[in-house]
Amino acid sequence: MKNLITKMSTQAFVIMVTIILFIIMYAAGCVVYADKNFTNIQVFFNLFISNAGLIIISASMTMVMISGGIDISVGSQVALVCMMMCDLVMNKHVPTAAAIAICIVYGIVYGIYAGVMVAYLNIQPFIVGLSGMFFARGMTAVINTGMLSIADKTFDVLAKTKIMIPIDFLAKVNKRGMKIYPNLYPSVIIAFLVLVIMFVMLKYTKFGRAIYAIGGNEQSALLMGLNVKKTKFLVYLLDGAIVALGSVVYCMNTCGGFVAQAQGLEMDAIAAAVIGGTSLMGGVGNVFGTLLGVMTKATIEALVSFQGSLSSWWAKIIIATLLAFFIILQSIITRIKAKARD
Amino acid sequence: MKEILTMRHIDKNFPGVRALSNVDFTLREGEIHALMGENGAGKSTLIKVLTGVEEFESGDIRVDGIEGPVINRSPEEAQKNGISTVYQEVNLCPNLTVAENLYIGRQPRTAFGTIDWKTINENAKKVLTDLDIDVDVTKNVEDCSVAIQQMIAIARAVDISAKILILDEPTSSLDDNEVEKLFTLMRKLQSKGMGIIFVTHFLEQVYEVCDKITVLRNGELVGEFTVEELPRVQLVAKMMGKDFDDLAEIKSAATETDNSHKEVLISAKQLGSRGAVHPFDVDIYKGDVIGLSGLLGSGRSELARTIYGIQNPDEGELFVKGKKVHIKQPIQAMKLGMGLLPEDRKDEGIIADLSVRENIIIALQAKRGVFRLISRKQQEEFADKYIDILQIKTAHRDTPIKQLSGGNQQKAILGRWLLTDPDFLVLDEPTRGIDVGTKTEIQKLVVKLADEGKTVVFISSEIEEMIRTCRRMIIMRDTYKVGELPEMEISKDNIMKAIAGGAEHE
Ligand SMILES: Nc1ncnc2c1ncn2[C@@H]1O[C@H](COP(=O)(O)OP(=O)(O)OP(=O)(O)O)[C@@H](O)[C@H]1O
Ligand SMILES: [Mg+2]
Repeated sequence: MKNLITKMSTQAFVIMVTIILFIIMYAAGCVVYADKNFTNIQVFFNLFISNAGLIIISASMTMVMISGGIDISVGSQVALVCMMMCDLVMNKHVPTAAAIAICIVYGIVYGIYAGVMVAYLNIQPFIVGLSGMFFARGMTAVINTGMLSIADKTFDVLAKTKIMIPIDFLAKVNKRGMKIYPNLYPSVIIAFLVLVIMFVMLKYTKFGRAIYAIGGNEQSALLMGLNVKKTKFLVYLLDGAIVALGSVVYCMNTCGGFVAQAQGLEMDAIAAAVIGGTSLMGGVGNVFGTLLGVMTKATIEALVSFQGSLSSWWAKIIIATLLAFFIILQSIITRIKAKARD
Repeated sequence: MKEILTMRHIDKNFPGVRALSNVDFTLREGEIHALMGENGAGKSTLIKVLTGVEEFESGDIRVDGIEGPVINRSPEEAQKNGISTVYQEVNLCPNLTVAENLYIGRQPRTAFGTIDWKTINENAKKVLTDLDIDVDVTKNVEDCSVAIQQMIAIARAVDISAKILILDEPTSSLDDNEVEKLFTLMRKLQSKGMGIIFVTHFLEQVYEVCDKITVLRNGELVGEFTVEELPRVQLVAKMMGKDFDDLAEIKSAATETDNSHKEVLISAKQLGSRGAVHPFDVDIYKGDVIGLSGLLGSGRSELARTIYGIQNPDEGELFVKGKKVHIKQPIQAMKLGMGLLPEDRKDEGIIADLSVRENIIIALQAKRGVFRLISRKQQEEFADKYIDILQIKTAHRDTPIKQLSGGNQQKAILGRWLLTDPDFLVLDEPTRGIDVGTKTEIQKLVVKLADEGKTVVFISSEIEEMIRTCRRMIIMRDTYKVGELPEMEISKDNIMKAIAGGAEHE
């Protein structure tokens, strides 16, 4: 075990643990809830559908955490953007595409604010996030304190078009001998596009590598001739835009907005990143690891809801425990490695 | 020769500290120029001002090939203007691979504009092989030794192929072999016309590679000299502002060693730690000064660390004052009256945001436990005492330690361990990065401690320094303890022979 830890990177080891955990949990679900259709492949796909927004937001969180920062405002941003979407489309009669554009522009503007504060004014990301959190939640209530929903033709096309996955191997044959293929929504496609683009950006662009360098050691990055301020600024700008996009995708699943929406979502995103191998200290992380983190969280929720009688809060408690476990795991691995180096 | 860099009338103040005042510096094509001065003289500050890490208040900087005055606002800009730097604190990103550290910020790209990892790894391998550095380039830098890290930082700076190369104490963690490699490289670059600024506290190195010497003292320019016109004694005098013989005898003449009547303080029997040091026997007496000598990686630090419990021993026995002990954590060692100044000061050393006073008293406080607080007044007395003994240059005892020059930070850490007043003290490279004057002070201090009945284990890459201070030498090779030299036999020849040694182990 020790040998394995010293040979593997911390991140690889964490991801390995997560994969094992995920498989065990999912297999357990398949055995215990076989009668309730847990084995149906569509259940698995539904995990993606109901978490597409979170996947995007967690990927962005991963990027911010790699740079050594954090964005705790994402939950409130989701609430605000969902509310904006509903209000713009339903009350102000703005076309869906324009409403989405407005939301993304809002995200960019917030990103610029956060970027300036963190990168140029050296304010703690946590504090900046706190201000964004209160602002966004407050704004949501200012727009509307009630519960709005969104029902619009174009929006519904985006939100509810079923995309069949025509792979025979995944299909289920029903009583009449017809093949039923599992399906996905466009939101999942968007989420995967974002993941792939972010993966390429983080691994194959100068900007992406600079993010890792800064997270590893900001002073060194500066002395090596990287533009630390600009990179950090761009990280938060991009984060603002991606979180807004993720919020729109989130809205496609909920089709509604209310003030208390997505409360604590920031913790889900951070937990997903950490469970997926992102270091809380910065400098280490990978968006596909984070995807795994989101899926782990989603599986826990699914298990709790299939159980039926448990309060859905139990899912939160289990995720929190898991997060604590992974944080401890990270620090233990780091220690073992340090020992091995001596 | 053509001047490629001129700095004139440079002024730089930190709150309460005049770091540079009216300093001139000139670098010419194909010149290796030593920048010398005591700890805190302003060498690193001059470099930081030049390369945009720090701003300066007034002065004029010109670089050959650039119209008008040059003010670099960041290291990035300095690089663009042809200045490549290895700073005193090793500046690499621990979470990235060796190859990536070499190329970050200037990565080769593929036809699609994406980063070309294959080329990066191939080029990195080539660059490091050329320098005779044997390391897996896909390994993270955090998993490399300090010496390798220093070589990587140098390789990076060199590969940027600027007109001006700055090396701020690049040799502090290197052994003779690596230093020689670096010098060969520097001479090669020199012949290509590159100008090199070289900061070091090793005087021999200055005389080995440099053409010119600029001396700073207390932030002021003492002068620029050619190496020939400034012999060693005079250089030391210029740096310190007074006559000083840094090679004078400091311990009493060698005597025949007779250990039979001495009290054994620590005794190790076949103590070993797998992968770090092979089982060894050693008896350490009260009042001993033991030198641990060997090449880097020979296990000389590990031997001491195994006794101290940082490196967990997995076989053998250890006796302290006749009692068998199992040390699992350094704090236990401290409570047994031991102290260890680690080699890697960056990771295990200073706590950057705490004051000099806090950094000095912290180990003593840890030894006493949290319930026996050291009063503020006492803390101040302790801090002042070591600031004075070790000549730590600081504006105030409550100045954050990160604001001190590199050498002065090291002195503070040394003070920390001296303050715990251990019976048994391990000093791993205590004089690295410390100026000649204080170096001699530290050597004297070691001899004095021994005279008072304390025991010191002294580890240093500088053989001369060990010869001057040690009463017994333990020789290490390939993680084996291969021999001991009594005081009468300590000489450069004997040590070198023992280090090189035969093929078989004891
Ligand atoms: N950031 C800072 N804030 C305040 N004072 C500083 C700062 N950096 C350096 N100084 C002070 O400036 C003076 C010159 O420091 P510098 O680091 O240039 O010395 P140095 O010649 O490089 O010494 P060494 O040989 O120890 O590296 C010192 O007195 C130091 O305390
Ligand atoms: Mg310095």
